[in-house]
Amino acid sequence: MYKILEAKELADSIYEFVVKAPNVSANCQPGQFVIVRTNEDSERIPLTICDYDREKETVTIVVQVIGAGTYIMKDLKTGDSFCDFVGPLGRPSELIDTPIDELKKKKILFVAGGLGTAPVYPQVKWLHEQGVDADVIVGAKTQSLIIMEKEMEAVAGNLYITTDDGSYKRQGMVTKVIEDLYAEGKEYDLCVTIGPMIMMKFVCLLTKKFNLKTIVSMNPIMVDGTGMCGACRLTVGDSVKFACVDGPEFDGHLVNFDEAMKRQQIYKTAEGRAYLKDKEGDTHHGGCGNCGGEK
Amino acid sequence: MDVLKKVPIREQDPKVRATNFEEVCLGYNKEEAMEEASRCLNCKNAQCVKGCPVSISIPDFIKEVKEGNFKEAYDVISASSSLPAVCGRVCPQESQCEGKCIRGIKGEPVSIGKLERFVADWAFENGVKPSVNAEKKNKKVAVIGSGPSGLSCAGDLAKMGYDVTVFEALHEFGGVLVYGIPEFRLPKEKVVKKEIENVKSLGVKFEKNTIIGKSFTIDELIDKYGFEAVFIGSGAGLPKFMGIPGENANGVFSANEYLTRSNLMKAFKESDTPIMIGKKVVVVGGGNVAMDAARTALRLGSEVHIVYRRSEEELPARVEEVHHAKEEGIIFNLLTNPVEILSDENGWVCGIRCIRMELGEPDESGRRSPVEIKGSEFEIECDAVIMSLGTSPNPLISSTTKGLDINKRKCIVINEESGMTSKDGVFAGGDAVTGAATVILAMGAGRNAAKGIDEYLSSKGN
Repeated sequence: MYKILEAKELADSIYEFVVKAPNVSANCQPGQFVIVRTNEDSERIPLTICDYDREKETVTIVVQVIGAGTYIMKDLKTGDSFCDFVGPLGRPSELIDTPIDELKKKKILFVAGGLGTAPVYPQVKWLHEQGVDADVIVGAKTQSLIIMEKEMEAVAGNLYITTDDGSYKRQGMVTKVIEDLYAEGKEYDLCVTIGPMIMMKFVCLLTKKFNLKTIVSMNPIMVDGTGMCGACRLTVGDSVKFACVDGPEFDGHLVNFDEAMKRQQIYKTAEGRAYLKDKEGDTHHGGCGNCGGEK
Repeated sequence: MDVLKKVPIREQDPKVRATNFEEVCLGYNKEEAMEEASRCLNCKNAQCVKGCPVSISIPDFIKEVKEGNFKEAYDVISASSSLPAVCGRVCPQESQCEGKCIRGIKGEPVSIGKLERFVADWAFENGVKPSVNAEKKNKKVAVIGSGPSGLSCAGDLAKMGYDVTVFEALHEFGGVLVYGIPEFRLPKEKVVKKEIENVKSLGVKFEKNTIIGKSFTIDELIDKYGFEAVFIGSGAGLPKFMGIPGENANGVFSANEYLTRSNLMKAFKESDTPIMIGKKVVVVGGGNVAMDAARTALRLGSEVHIVYRRSEEELPARVEEVHHAKEEGIIFNLLTNPVEILSDENGWVCGIRCIRMELGEPDESGRRSPVEIKGSEFEIECDAVIMSLGTSPNPLISSTTKGLDINKRKCIVINEESGMTSKDGVFAGGDAVTGAATVILAMGAGRNAAKGIDEYLSSKGN
């Protein structure tokens, strides 16, 4: 069992858990993920690592309630446990292996959407610790879905927050902020974007125009997450890649997003969505990019 | 009694079992087992033993069965095998022990597999466990993976007195025995869990949710955690696909994914993990895994077609599995090979285009190689395709362990005799070394490596 040392609701239907997991905290790096099961009947759910503390042997994850597997997590309290918590899985962010003096020369832009703010955070934090301050764009549907603003502010260079409905800070999609920044004369050498697939797709279409190399973190359907089942396969350039062992981060300009988004719908039937709506009531507002509810 | 024929085995009726996940084969009872055992000629120069990858003293255990000494029979088997209840159910006996049986020259061979199963099940029912007599050696050995090779290696090392810890990446122990082989062929609670309990009873420690190569490296196991030798039994890895158009369409699954959902995640019964139940499913491939996937889909309610490019004679699956699959109503499209998977406008599978094949000259495997018949393409309508074309070894360990040589097929290279890899004190066996093979070959490799580890650690002294 993996004890939850701290559980809190970060925003509407978004929860943070700090979990005692020495087997993960010992060697995990920004960019990697864990597989979590709440109880013996749960699905194996892949979640990107949001923070870790090697001394306290803890790993932090952030979850948005979107389906049966995450629905049961909303009731977990400090002191409860996950039944399984395994990792770190996938390859670390390629930033980790880049020489520091090279990183210091680069102007890096992070683009986070909704829940994607959480996995962006450890990368920005890690860079900050190396003396590199990256600019960060955080976007969400509305003010109540903005998470980790204070934490991000402490480690980012410039932080640009935008909401689709204009209820907080800037108004518009994250792509609008990128366009605005370039219009102001800003330029970047590298972009890292994490969020709903649909958002990452449009960020990539835009950064291609600016000739800005863009890394995306893919979160397709997985079963084992250890390189066995092949459910997470994606087309990247001319080849088929497995997100769990070859990723989760890829060159966004090479990822076939349309195929990836179709593949995410495999288990999302109309009946399933209706069932969830009935069970969850008003918790789901679309835009998560995972449930297909926006189509 | 016709001495040329095996005592018939009781099985669930094909029509009934095609709709449930209960075990197909019901096994022998005492009387049937003793009668079958009496067919053994007790050969002095027993060929069957040579056909067994773990060299069980087959005539000796059968002699005990014949006399009704089941405990003694169990002791004979468990001296060589850590998983007799598993092997009795899933070994390809026809090409191993039974294939060499002298009885088989005229008539049917002795039903060695079914007798082994009977003895192992009898031991479960009567609380008989394998015994350890060795003195504790106070030397720690790490075993990576709790599949057949790991369990067999761990069991043997524990019997020699080593302090063994098995590390498993998944949330359950057993490797392919739990995620791959379905309940109807290998019951999990009744057989796999109990076999693992037996290995535990030898003093072996088990750690789940630990991915060696990620959670900890092999170097950390040795330098930081004090393990003096390591056995890698990490098994098969990523599924292979054909590289034909349409393979990423929705409704195309690897057999690994399909079976893991059903077996490990229990999607065949009440479970949070979904599985797609197609109306008409095409399974591509002819091995045991293909049969398992096909028979699982059938039980979930699909009409199932197997597409295989060679003829029936070349089917790599166990004869019994093919026979059972046919009895249950699986349709075989032999000498047929897919060329494209067709999908509808929403990206869902709606058919598979195939081409007919004929057999040409033998290839390097000795089997006649299939050749396309020009212009013979045709389409099979279906809404799901399961690809069962084998696997390539998991890269998690080889990519994170310095000094571990792999060959061009990404398999770990070992010294055949000792099982040692290119890295001192690190051994390997099973699918990680050979590529996808059978449970019993993996067990043989685990057993061989246990011997190699013992020799290595004994020669190192204290």
